[in-house]
Amino acid sequence: MAEPVYRKIIAARVRSQMSYRASFAVECLSQVIAQAFELVVILVLFTRINALGGFGVDEVVLMFAIAAIAFGFADLVAGQLDDLPTFIRSGTFDAVLLRPLGTLPQMMSTDIRLRRVGRVFAGVVTLAYALTHVNIDWTPWKVLLVVVAPLAGGVILGSVWVVACSVCFWLIESRELANSVTYGSGAFTSYPITVFSKGLRYLMAYVVPGAFVAYYPSLALLGRSDPLGAPGWIGWISPLVALVAAAFAGAFWRFAVRHYRGTGS
Amino acid sequence: MIEVRQLRREFRVASKKGRFRREYKTVVAVDDVSFDVAAGEAVGYVGPNGAGKSTTIKMLTGILVPTGGTVRVNGVDPARQRKELARRIGVVFGQRSQLWWDLPLRDSFALLRSIYRVNSSDHGKRLEECVDLLELAPFLDTPVRQLSLGQRMRGEVTAALLHAPELLVLDEPTIGLDLESKERLREFLAGLNRRGTTLLLTTHDLDDIERLCPRLMVIDHGTVLADGPLAELRAEVTPERVLVIDLREPLNLPPLPGVTEVRSEAGGLRHHLTFRRAETTAAALITEVVRHVEVHDLAVVEPEIDDVVRRLYARTSAATDSTPDVVDL
Repeated sequence: MAEPVYRKIIAARVRSQMSYRASFAVECLSQVIAQAFELVVILVLFTRINALGGFGVDEVVLMFAIAAIAFGFADLVAGQLDDLPTFIRSGTFDAVLLRPLGTLPQMMSTDIRLRRVGRVFAGVVTLAYALTHVNIDWTPWKVLLVVVAPLAGGVILGSVWVVACSVCFWLIESRELANSVTYGSGAFTSYPITVFSKGLRYLMAYVVPGAFVAYYPSLALLGRSDPLGAPGWIGWISPLVALVAAAFAGAFWRFAVRHYRGTGS
Repeated sequence: MIEVRQLRREFRVASKKGRFRREYKTVVAVDDVSFDVAAGEAVGYVGPNGAGKSTTIKMLTGILVPTGGTVRVNGVDPARQRKELARRIGVVFGQRSQLWWDLPLRDSFALLRSIYRVNSSDHGKRLEECVDLLELAPFLDTPVRQLSLGQRMRGEVTAALLHAPELLVLDEPTIGLDLESKERLREFLAGLNRRGTTLLLTTHDLDDIERLCPRLMVIDHGTVLADGPLAELRAEVTPERVLVIDLREPLNLPPLPGVTEVRSEAGGLRHHLTFRRAETTAAALITEVVRHVEVHDLAVVEPEIDDVVRRLYARTSAATDSTPDVVDL
């Protein structure tokens, strides 16, 4: 529900963060730099090799850029779920339960971290670069895909994080697990899945739909067939995968909250 | 307003057995608790730490789901209709804030208005009233994190009232406050209750109960030990009170009516007079003392809430206990 309530909560969060202009600028910049370093790693790698998992440097940069924007969006919306263990331990989560709103939207909107915009911005710049350096046979559908894929990717990553963070309702100390999923998924989605081992590939392609964040949509954009034999349409269905992932994550979260309140155990 | 029947809540507590094996033990936090609170009442819910107070409060407010029994608050089942209930009750936790840490109170209140969907004229009227009575005006624009505890609590109470709840639940509202802030808050809550809002509060401070709650419920080990007017309960378990007087010069006191025991210290400068509630009042006794000697300072020591609870507990678990402890200052 896109109620005005959340718009107001978010606007208030944004205002309070903008009141520290200097620190906002520094944090934003640090996000850009972090993203740039990851790009440098890829570029350095390509001074030694010509192809990674069957893809050239510009193609990998394309995947990297889409993944970066998706990661930035997910971080913006679901990043503050990192604080869930603190909320639970300090009892602040009880206050969340006392308001006449859903718990997940409240958790997501309590602390929008605006500096994550830096990552999205860096991703967009990288994407613009990549798009001018790869060969794409442009059609209106592909233009749409370029816009939608990072958003759908953000939803997919966000859903994965929601599920990972929900585990905190059982194990308060599972923050490390949640972190490894969030940052791990960030790293995974930035590369063509062909570079990973078979087991990990299946896990990421079909169990955790990480391959739908950047890899499959990039294949569709490039008009390349999957070296691993996935059908050609698979790159187009990432929005659908995103919807399914979000629905699953929402249900899992509700299940976890029910456990916390005491009926699930 | 509140209807609780055979309420029970268990927790599973894990203890490590060996490297990977764990043993689960069931701990009963609330056991067979039943009570009613009528609209307009003010009820104090007390008990030592770990007695089950907070667990009960959490079940009444929909945070926790009961293991057994039924709860109805305002005609609503809190566990199932959490959001519905949230619109109709106000909750204040003394030890955790429900306000936004980095927002000024004014902004927090504005957000709450949209969260609870209160129309702006009602909201404005109620806010104005709270600002007036709780004297919030000087710090309405200060971020919550910069407020003193007393100021913050006034903000918390306001936040819980802006949607005009019929029931206000307060968990340790005066904890950590200085005397003046406590008094101001009590006065406000008493007025609120007079105007019709039902109050349920947990506290460690006997004065809260005294000022606010004609009715007291005592819980320990998950069960309700006593339920009734405070004065009655206290008179019942501690029939004796202690008057402590400090004299200007060391003197021995003459025998006084109603006093059962005199204990002197500091070479006769300070006297602890134990007297029976049923036989004399503190006022009568003080008048009597002042007639004989020059008094520098005096205090009436009431049994602490924990003491009352302990006695109630002793009474239920063993035979009657009538020897009061000497209360020291």
